[in-house]
Amino acid sequence: MTARAATNEALWVRVLLVVIALAFLTLFLFIPVGLVFGEALSDGLATYFAALTDPDAGAAIRLTLITAAIAVPLNVVFGLAAAWAITRHDFRGKGFLVAMIDLPFAISPVISGLVFVLLFGAAGIFGPMLAEADVHIVFAVPGIILATIFVTFPYVAREIIPTMAAKGRDQELAALTLGATGFQTFFRVTLPNARWALFHGVVLCTARAVGEFGAVSVVSGHIRGETNTVPLHIEVLYNEYQLTSAFAVATLLVLVALLTLVAKQAVSWLENRRVVA
Amino acid sequence: MNSPIAMANALSTNDLARSAADIIADARKASVRYDEKIVVAGHSSAIHVENVSKRFANHQALADVSLSFGAGQLTALLGPSGSGKTTLLRTIAGIEAPDKGRVLFGDEEVTWRPIRLRNVGFVFQNYALFEHLSVYDNVAFGLSVKKTPRAEISARVKELLERVELGNLAHRFPRELSGGQRQRVALARALAPKPRVLLLDEPFGALDARVRRELRTWLRKIHEEIHVTSILVTHDQEEAFATADRVVVMHDGKIEQVGTPAEIADHPATPFVRDFVEPRHATAR
Repeated sequence: MTARAATNEALWVRVLLVVIALAFLTLFLFIPVGLVFGEALSDGLATYFAALTDPDAGAAIRLTLITAAIAVPLNVVFGLAAAWAITRHDFRGKGFLVAMIDLPFAISPVISGLVFVLLFGAAGIFGPMLAEADVHIVFAVPGIILATIFVTFPYVAREIIPTMAAKGRDQELAALTLGATGFQTFFRVTLPNARWALFHGVVLCTARAVGEFGAVSVVSGHIRGETNTVPLHIEVLYNEYQLTSAFAVATLLVLVALLTLVAKQAVSWLENRRVVA
Repeated sequence: MNSPIAMANALSTNDLARSAADIIADARKASVRYDEKIVVAGHSSAIHVENVSKRFANHQALADVSLSFGAGQLTALLGPSGSGKTTLLRTIAGIEAPDKGRVLFGDEEVTWRPIRLRNVGFVFQNYALFEHLSVYDNVAFGLSVKKTPRAEISARVKELLERVELGNLAHRFPRELSGGQRQRVALARALAPKPRVLLLDEPFGALDARVRRELRTWLRKIHEEIHVTSILVTHDQEEAFATADRVVVMHDGKIEQVGTPAEIADHPATPFVRDFVEPRHATAR
């Protein structure tokens, strides 16, 4: 019998664990992702590109990009403000604020959408006021953007808070004693120190903003070419039995997911290199 | 071995090679030089603290403290942890606001002046260097935020880096430096904007005994060259005696004794000072 390190499990245990992990990944990840591409390309490249260049698909892609382009920067501002307040100040209700940041993670996206219908819908609290001013929020683009902001707001804040807490206040105090204004301290010390965490948060936030289905579905009204985002467009196609088109558009979301993973890995790699260097 | 005194003793065992008598002799020389009012070249000013009190949740950090720090002098605030010395230093810097009392630089009241307008140099125990900036940019920070011309910044940073013997490391990053080198960068950075006062919060506390001794000798040397009003917070009496013109012993948020190192060693004014200071020298003699 060969000697083995005391910390190693028996060979069969290790093999079994690897097999279980791989089988699980195959069943729930590799097969589904492969199927999406398989179905999408099953009628040939021409059909695939036709589905992507369809005007309704184009409108859905545009709306999704606009939504992400508004929601992500706003959540960056919110995330930085929340992280600053939580890590740099003591105030009453701080624990409550931290808990509230997690709220969108904790509640079903359907509820997140419904909240906006109850607030801004025709029968909602602000409904009559908005109708008078001829402002449409629910079943229109503003509602989709609001719902997306709500669902994605924890991502940036949750990524930066631990980093800012770990770095502490001393570098900022040093900057102040050296005569820096609050503004200079933030842009020349606080932000550069949190930049990797911020980038990480932005990547996750973007992925979720692009892929959000539940909350957006409730407030969208599913008007083709007007209030359909990419995930909603896929559902419409699927319900109309246009499976190939549905999967073709779905490959876009899969690509976003893969890009997100690559970006995440790249950030971790850069961060580690920085620490080791 | 948990008391600060025991820790200080443990940290400075190597220093026993240099006898306490020598340290006191040095300190006496220093006190002869600095006890008289000195005319300080430049803008360095005296610091006055009047009736300052500060309370944290359930701990009285400072209890009605009044004290003056002579212009151009190096004063050590000596005491065990929790004695209020760091709180006093942070109050002078503007990092903590006092509950009562006033802080004056020269004859200007600065009690409520924001940190950045006080023109203080502050050196932190953990260095607090800007991790994302090179040594050069760290030292240049205080000048560049005030929109100093580039050529002037470059000249000043080079001069300071030479002075702290780090001229060849200007392009390194803080993580690439040893603890002693980092603290020298921190000192150069604090001195760059020509502060009126230099405040050092246990600056050598994170370093090993040999580097501590080197740096305190070197701090004294720098102080003799530039004579900026300086306050050094420390729990290590040997560090206080070897570096400072005047030592302030603090305990429980109050001042126990103020005097030259020799006066404090030879004539402790209170039982606390006798217990805190004497044992080392009784054994060393």
